[in-house]
Amino acid sequence: MKAVYFAWVRERVGLAEEAIAPPDSVVTVSDLMDWLAGRGENYAYAFENARSIRAALDRRHVKHDAAIAGAGEIAFFPPMTGG
Amino acid sequence: MVAATIRIQTEDFDAAAEQRALTHGRRDIGAVVSFTGLCRDEGGRLSALELEHYPGMAEEEVGRVAREALARWPLTGLTIIHRFGKIAPGGNIVLVVAASSHRRAAFEAADFLMDYLKTRAPFWKKEHLVTGDAAGWVEAKAEDDAALERWEKD
Repeated sequence: MKAVYFAWVRERVGLAEEAIAPPDSVVTVSDLMDWLAGRGENYAYAFENARSIRAALDRRHVKHDAAIAGAGEIAFFPPMTGG
Repeated sequence: MVAATIRIQTEDFDAAAEQRALTHGRRDIGAVVSFTGLCRDEGGRLSALELEHYPGMAEEEVGRVAREALARWPLTGLTIIHRFGKIAPGGNIVLVVAASSHRRAAFEAADFLMDYLKTRAPFWKKEHLVTGDAAGWVEAKAEDDAALERWEKD
């Protein structure tokens, strides 16, 4: 699947997007954040406060307990500040 | 249900021209409320705001919020424009123009739309300082989330 990052999540990870292949044990958005956090210092920093990060699956907002199976794109970003 | 005009763009917009375009030739519109959100300099501190967005999702999410407003109020016209990129103080950021037969629906729909755009549309503001010091991301305000509760009770 494709992971995309925005705002300070993007800056901390150091990438705007990448292809990821999490293991089958990664079921939910929350699991995926834990898995990403273990991939290196930049990811650990980006996801250190996972509760403050929002997620979208295939461009729709989802909660952290949502299952990621079947999604082509997952996005991680801070709470929105548009308007 | 009318179709909303939605644009996510870097280009500036002309609020008066958008309102004219929405009401031009119409005889059924009795009220039109236009809200424009501008970039402010925070007491002279900011040289610009930089708006990042999630291409694709921004259009889709603004569309979902617009459909909620159209389902909730008897609107006869709706235009929403949200800019991204670097915007200097005094520049336009967001426009909502809501038209209806009567004022209440137009006022309420515009208010609802701004509350929802602020918390659901995937845009993030970064502050650029006049001093040239490192820019920082604007933090979401708890009061913006609290504002949504006004629309969630009957």
